[in-house]
Amino acid sequence: MSGGRLQQDAPYLAELRRDLLRFASLQLRDDQLAEDVVQEALMAALAGEEDFSGRSAMKTWVFAILRNKIVDAIRQRSRSINVSSLSPEDDSLDQAFEALFEPNAHWQPESRPRAWGDPEEALHQEQFWAVFDACLKHLPDNTARVFMMREFLEFETNEVCVELNITSSNCHVILHRARNGLRRCLEQTWFGPGERAC
Amino acid sequence: MLTCKEITRLLSESQDRKLKMAEQMRLKMHLAVCEGCSRYKQQLNFIRRACRIVVGGGNGPGE
Ligand SMILES: [Zn+2]
Repeated sequence: MSGGRLQQDAPYLAELRRDLLRFASLQLRDDQLAEDVVQEALMAALAGEEDFSGRSAMKTWVFAILRNKIVDAIRQRSRSINVSSLSPEDDSLDQAFEALFEPNAHWQPESRPRAWGDPEEALHQEQFWAVFDACLKHLPDNTARVFMMREFLEFETNEVCVELNITSSNCHVILHRARNGLRRCLEQTWFGPGERAC
Repeated sequence: MLTCKEITRLLSESQDRKLKMAEQMRLKMHLAVCEGCSRYKQQLNFIRRACRIVVGGGNGPGE
């Protein structure tokens, strides 16, 4: 599919734009900036004359353009922020994590991770994705930034450290905090009380 | 034997770097006897899978 054909398919373009916008705003946490990079990525895509065998190849290509635009935006911004500084929200996530364990560092019975039933099922539900996005947005800014560079922009951990100027052990601490925060949020808001490990 | 708290850190790090042989052994031994940490591992795997789907730009594997 060429850029020209994409241009004529308005419903598809609207849907693609929505997906791109979600991806960008989750990572940039700035709706205006997200609008801007998505606009740039779409313009670049529409200007291209590449031929694609189908929508999915097209989509992959547009996402690749967007990814580069997001990386540029993050690089520009990371010069002005100190990622290693601990916010009160980070602090409270860490306290919540500590509270999961007994003094001997084994699980408290009531906070032991629960069975999530059939989580594959969740991946097919629209509602689940709304919860997933909300949980991501709930993470503290810097913690989310590191997590998304790793998981969405698929940087290697050492690349994240270099880009954001943090030590690798700090990077591991931040990623662990993000994953646990996300896990807890999903457990509490989506998977519910569930069945506990005995 | 490692504590559950230490295991959660190791599980997270296993998604970011290759664990040393000794770490892998200790992890395996712990997971064999601890249901809580085994679930923690499954949950982290699930989160990674969900992120991969977001990156693919789709709303699910059906797309
Ligand atoms: Zn354990």
